[in-house]
Amino acid sequence: MDKVLEVNNLSKVYGQGCAACFELTGPEHDTNICPKCGSVVAAHNVSFDLYKGEILGIMGESGSGKSTAVKCLYFDQKPTSGRASFFNDEKQYDLFNMNAAHQRHLMNHKFGMVYQNPHLGLNFDISAGGNIAERLLMSEVDHYGEIRKRATDLLKRTEVLAERMDELPKNFSGGMQQRVQIAKALAINPPLLFLDEVTTGLDLSVQAAILDLILEIQQENQTAMIVVTHDLGVIRLLAGRTLVMKYGRIIENGLTDQILEDPQHAYTQRLVASAL
Amino acid sequence: MNNTEQPILRVENYGKYFQLHEQGKIIPSSHDVNLDVYPGQLTALIGPTGAGKSTVLKGIYRSYLPTSGRLLFRTKDNVEIDLAQADEHLILELRRTEIAFVTQFLHALPRQATQDIVAQPLIRRGMDYSQALNIVHETLSAMNLPKALWSISPATFSGGEKQRVNLARGLVSRPRLLLLDEPTASLDPVTTEKVIGLIENLKNEGVAMLAIFHQPELVERLADSVVKLNPPIVAEQILKEIA
Repeated sequence: MDKVLEVNNLSKVYGQGCAACFELTGPEHDTNICPKCGSVVAAHNVSFDLYKGEILGIMGESGSGKSTAVKCLYFDQKPTSGRASFFNDEKQYDLFNMNAAHQRHLMNHKFGMVYQNPHLGLNFDISAGGNIAERLLMSEVDHYGEIRKRATDLLKRTEVLAERMDELPKNFSGGMQQRVQIAKALAINPPLLFLDEVTTGLDLSVQAAILDLILEIQQENQTAMIVVTHDLGVIRLLAGRTLVMKYGRIIENGLTDQILEDPQHAYTQRLVASAL
Repeated sequence: MNNTEQPILRVENYGKYFQLHEQGKIIPSSHDVNLDVYPGQLTALIGPTGAGKSTVLKGIYRSYLPTSGRLLFRTKDNVEIDLAQADEHLILELRRTEIAFVTQFLHALPRQATQDIVAQPLIRRGMDYSQALNIVHETLSAMNLPKALWSISPATFSGGEKQRVNLARGLVSRPRLLLLDEPTASLDPVTTEKVIGLIENLKNEGVAMLAIFHQPELVERLADSVVKLNPPIVAEQILKEIA
């Protein structure tokens, strides 16, 4: 089995930070705000690994730090401390110790990100096809015909009508925008894909179609994925293993069916008991 | 009975208690279970409701995290692994290649065709879709499931039909160890006979099985060994024992 990602002791503090931050926050203190200095401990000592073709779920309520962890890995945020290694083609990349140019290179060539809000993942000033072309250009695909063909294939794959590829994303429904975002993320066939609450706020039928699409992609391309969600149904459907976060800490991790059927931590038990 | 072979699964002093934080309670489910399962043989778990039979199967499959004991599984490469402690990636790999679990109820997406649900374990092993479908169709025919139902979702199926779909999914991948939780509970006598035939075939192929049956005559016919479980004694007493 090939390891794709290894994260060790990732921490992220918003604010000044002080010596007591980590000691005085967390689930046992029922807060992630340091009472001494007022800093927010969004993530502390987050460690996990991810293998090829695997979907890892990160579950928790708003403010639990689940998105922060992913944003640090996708270079949207700078971690306060910790290490993350990405493995690809026999090479190891030390994610938090590389310059911005190298980070951009990885984002353009190896990573994909799908945000809850399509405005973050798509450029709304250019067409759906243009969004995909943009990403292909950044990964050095620059033949017009080739780009046009890849964009058509991808939109077809994500079930966006190819006839609409020259329209602006603002003309699309929320579910359609999400599909274009997924097509854009997939354009370079990334070995690692981050999905941050991608179905939150969509109609149930649209959610189901998007989740099915994600599963198909995983099976076709053996893409390793990290799925961040507060939705137990999404976790159940997609993730083989799951981390549960609260106040910036991983409070429980295990096989998804075990987390859902035999949760160990009081918080997870409450969470699972509140499922609809 | 010829047990010169090594067991594929050896359960030693398995125990599972649920700690319910909200209620401040510890619920004992299985306590001090010991059993062996051999290739080509069926070990039957019997006992009254609440004796923790399903909890044993779920512990082996790691849907439940065992509280105590060892669950020693011998892989096809002859490596002994304690399923109670093994790394999650390894468990997922074993589920994909060696251990299958037919649960009491079918859990499937309401929008998936029956044949695709059954084909899942084969696809996950990397088998080509059309090749997988051939095997699936063979298995579904053997189980007497009408052909007209193959391409539709089992959501509207009867209990017995659902159970056959579930069973078919467990059988197609030809696991080395098959866990069966009341596989014939809602089947009519004719279909039950079919399923018994399939289980006998699996035994002949060398599949090891650990099964829960409620009908004594099935245990009589299929089991090579029988393990009787009793409901665990009350929590306080167990707690005293572990203290």
